[in-house]
Amino acid sequence: MLAYIVRRLLYAIPILLGVNLLTFALFFVVNTPDDMARMQLGIKRVTPEAIARWKSERGYDKPLFYNSQAEASAKFTDTIFYSKSIRMFAFDFGRSDDGRDIGYEIRNRMGPSLAIALPVFLLSLIVTIAFALLQVMFRATYLDYGGVALCIAMMSISSMFYIIGGQFVFSKVWNLVPISGYGEGVDRARFLLLPVLVGIVGSIGSGARMYRAFFLEEAFKDYVRTARAKGVPEMAVLFRHVLKNAMIPILTGAVVVIPSLFLGSLITESFFGIPGLGSYTIEAIQSQDFAVVRSMVFIGSVLYIVGLILTDISYTLVDPRIRLQ
Amino acid sequence: MTPDRPFRYTHVMRPIALVFAAACSALALAGCADVWNDPYPSADRGKNIFYSAFTERPKHLDPVQSYSENEATFLFQIYEPPLQYDYLKRPYRLIPMSTEALPSVTYLDREGNPLPADANGVAIGFSVYEIRIKPGIRYQPHPAFAVDAAGKPRYLGLTREQVRDKRKLSDFAESGTRELTSDDYIYQIKRLAHPRLHSPAFELLADYVVGLRDLQSRLAKADTDKSAWLDLSQHELSGVERVDQYTFRIKLMGKYPQFVYWLAMPFFAPVPLEADRFFAQPGMSERNLTLDWYPIGTGPYMLTENNPNARMVLERNPNYHGDTYPCEGEAGDRDAGLLADCGKPLPFVDKVVFSLEKETIPYWNKFIQGYYDVSGVGGENFDQAVRFGPQGDARLTDDMQERGMTLVTAVQPTVSYTGFNMLDPVVGGSSERARKLRQAISIAVDQEEYVSIFLSGRGEVAQSPIPPGITGRRGGRDGMNPVVYDWVDGKPRRKAIAEAKRLLAEAGYPNGRDSQTGEPLVIHLDTTGGGVGDKSRVDWYNKQFSKLDIQLVVRSTDYNRFQDKMRKGTAQMFFWGWNADYPDPENFLFLFHGPQAKVKTQGENAANYENPDYDALFERMKNMDEGTERQEIIDRMVRMLQTDAPWLFGYHDVAYVLQHGWMSNRKAGKIIRGNMKYQKVDVSLREKRRAEWNAPIRWPIAVMLGLLAAIIAPAVISYRRRERERAIPDTRTA
Repeated sequence: MLAYIVRRLLYAIPILLGVNLLTFALFFVVNTPDDMARMQLGIKRVTPEAIARWKSERGYDKPLFYNSQAEASAKFTDTIFYSKSIRMFAFDFGRSDDGRDIGYEIRNRMGPSLAIALPVFLLSLIVTIAFALLQVMFRATYLDYGGVALCIAMMSISSMFYIIGGQFVFSKVWNLVPISGYGEGVDRARFLLLPVLVGIVGSIGSGARMYRAFFLEEAFKDYVRTARAKGVPEMAVLFRHVLKNAMIPILTGAVVVIPSLFLGSLITESFFGIPGLGSYTIEAIQSQDFAVVRSMVFIGSVLYIVGLILTDISYTLVDPRIRLQ
Repeated sequence: MTPDRPFRYTHVMRPIALVFAAACSALALAGCADVWNDPYPSADRGKNIFYSAFTERPKHLDPVQSYSENEATFLFQIYEPPLQYDYLKRPYRLIPMSTEALPSVTYLDREGNPLPADANGVAIGFSVYEIRIKPGIRYQPHPAFAVDAAGKPRYLGLTREQVRDKRKLSDFAESGTRELTSDDYIYQIKRLAHPRLHSPAFELLADYVVGLRDLQSRLAKADTDKSAWLDLSQHELSGVERVDQYTFRIKLMGKYPQFVYWLAMPFFAPVPLEADRFFAQPGMSERNLTLDWYPIGTGPYMLTENNPNARMVLERNPNYHGDTYPCEGEAGDRDAGLLADCGKPLPFVDKVVFSLEKETIPYWNKFIQGYYDVSGVGGENFDQAVRFGPQGDARLTDDMQERGMTLVTAVQPTVSYTGFNMLDPVVGGSSERARKLRQAISIAVDQEEYVSIFLSGRGEVAQSPIPPGITGRRGGRDGMNPVVYDWVDGKPRRKAIAEAKRLLAEAGYPNGRDSQTGEPLVIHLDTTGGGVGDKSRVDWYNKQFSKLDIQLVVRSTDYNRFQDKMRKGTAQMFFWGWNADYPDPENFLFLFHGPQAKVKTQGENAANYENPDYDALFERMKNMDEGTERQEIIDRMVRMLQTDAPWLFGYHDVAYVLQHGWMSNRKAGKIIRGNMKYQKVDVSLREKRRAEWNAPIRWPIAVMLGLLAAIIAPAVISYRRRERERAIPDTRTA
């Protein structure tokens, strides 16, 4: 397995290079270094001299990919792409265009993002699995049909509706929790209740529909019939046999997102005033801060690759027949 | 598959029961508090705190770099430039802030000989402003001023290793202060030329302050090590002279009466050398410890928490020299209760908490709940908050009145307009044909309708670029744009569309077609739209142009591309706006000054309007003191603009500010940014209202738990029944 993991990590290097190249190209298609300078220097009374100085100080006065004026390898290394990209592979993200330490910001904002994403992920997984199993237990009854209809209705509703509706009902009409904000220590639980609840409710529809399908596929297999024939209680049949054997497709979807939980949610964080990485990314895009955008995309790519490796490893844990070679 | 072990029902039900028990316990504990949705720490309840919000994180808090409204909200409470605006009087009037009096000005000829105060502007070679600050003003506590027992600076010789564990200013155990001196103002003026700071005011001020541009050249040469401190005190600035500990002089080239307005901006706020040196130490900037992040001032407040990801907190500066609430205002201020606190010491509130609120819905809802003390009224909430009376006067809705709110409105020193690119061969130029075409469009585009539909009345239709409240602006019939309006029944009425069609025909486009080629007239409008409501705005504009049978093509791009078009002069018509830097007509009329044309010089004249007569008048006007002669010149310039019509004069924003009944002393005025010290909060009333408005409604919790139980219980019962069922029905009889 170790060899497999090492090989996958080595594969990651060209993938990350490609992602970095693509991000760089896309960003500079719509934003020139002059645009970035203007955004940082302000709208009023910005002179071409000030823009030139800003670019020069931050290394944006070089060519993008190829420096025809330079000698030998410097033709490639004395460029914006090389100078801005190479340090990231050592996880040195440098400074944002407004001069802040990106690594420090990411470390600070990771906590609030996880504070929402982790409970939402775990609880919604538990709730959706429980709901799907309940539907399977009462399959082909009105409870099952009603559950399916409810799931379709819930997955048809926009996540924005859950957020705005949740804030209106729970915070404004019933005054049960703060509408938005973020606290310190234990107090932050008050602020997390509603976004977590909204996150769970928002994920039930699609999750339960999908898991129900996985469970139904297993529920009619011979080993399940055998277990029932032996008199195993239905609850044990579902939790011990059906759930365990339906784990591979569930893991495929679930484990891969675990590392990405660090990145937070763009919309939820914005509406609930959570100072996480999701809102950091949005702010960076709005302010054309390339240093932050490329760092967040890089981290996202790394985490996704880690997620895929973890998914492969998790297969071996739930299915002994699988061997990673 | 694992062998079957006995499965207990409790394996599943016990965790569910535990979750229920935990939820009930949490709710019972929460029930101890009377308000559950308070977003602030309970320790802050009942304290003299002003609560507000910010929607965008500030980029710069260095007074030499900052030049945007969202940063001014913080900076103007912390830094004290020499002058400030009178809080209540209108038109806006400058008064001393850290100075004993308004600066005195002496005029010199080009040889340096004194000239009388009423000397002709052309004869004036230099203007010398003498500024004397009040003695005894002290800085806020700051580690840069901390000294050890021997009186030596405690934190001005730190090594990278000593800074390693520092992340914020409070990580430095000791702090100190010192008296403000004229050297601090001089140091800040030199910082305008600092090659690493990119002050947005540099280019303009370098044209006036003697030696400033030369200083920048010398500093750029001296700045060889970008990571080291550049000690500006070692570099002379010939245009600034230290007279004594409290007095300094600034020497300007020529006459520049608007300079005093710059003295009310943070560009001229004092910065102590110690602070610059403190933050320039090795390792500081790597840990985000910079003057751009931690301002240091002498003002009523100091920034004690700088977390732009969540909240910014200002607290009363314990070393504040003191100020008193004004005793005079404009007519109506006494009736509005704005003079009730005459002579009382400032500031009134101890702490100001700004929370980051990016979305308007939570912002508005928290304001309604009483967790923000004031709020603007946006388009989304306008109908909920404001209705118009029979006379068109804005009033609060009954709901808002019942909550004890008050509405403050004021026309802002801004102008939003639709410009013509004067370099364009169709709509631009000074020919009679092009002028009539622009005039026809000016009549056809109904700005009153635009303000009514898209701004819900939150705008005053502009007659010229100069907004109300700015000296030099004419009101009533004298100020009316005679090209677009007629004076009817005591107010301006937009000319009939027939007049626009006549002008269009005279321009060579009868019925919207070129009289020579027969081709339809197509005009391109460049916008940066794409947001909500943009489609309806585009439709509305199409409708306006279709009145003249002109085909309008709207080209929507992102802001970068739009700016690029403007710089290159490839746009034909465009939307833009201007917020005043200072309340002088020069700050609006320069937007048409030929030498500041966008394409030619990258200046602020976005329409690229060039009129030698106008430019000559502008050169005269800008150096004149207020008076009849200057007013006459302004009137002539405005008439030229109305006739040439390089803009469709759009509207001036009208600010609608709602405040709760516990707030007092709030007067709208966008120019006055250092207004926090005047705000007063009736804390006990706020606590009472918050408790009334936010009592938690508990029954839904019981209903939700009941519903959950109602879903689970039948399933459990059904499951247990099923588990007890026999495979073969029991046919035995008793």
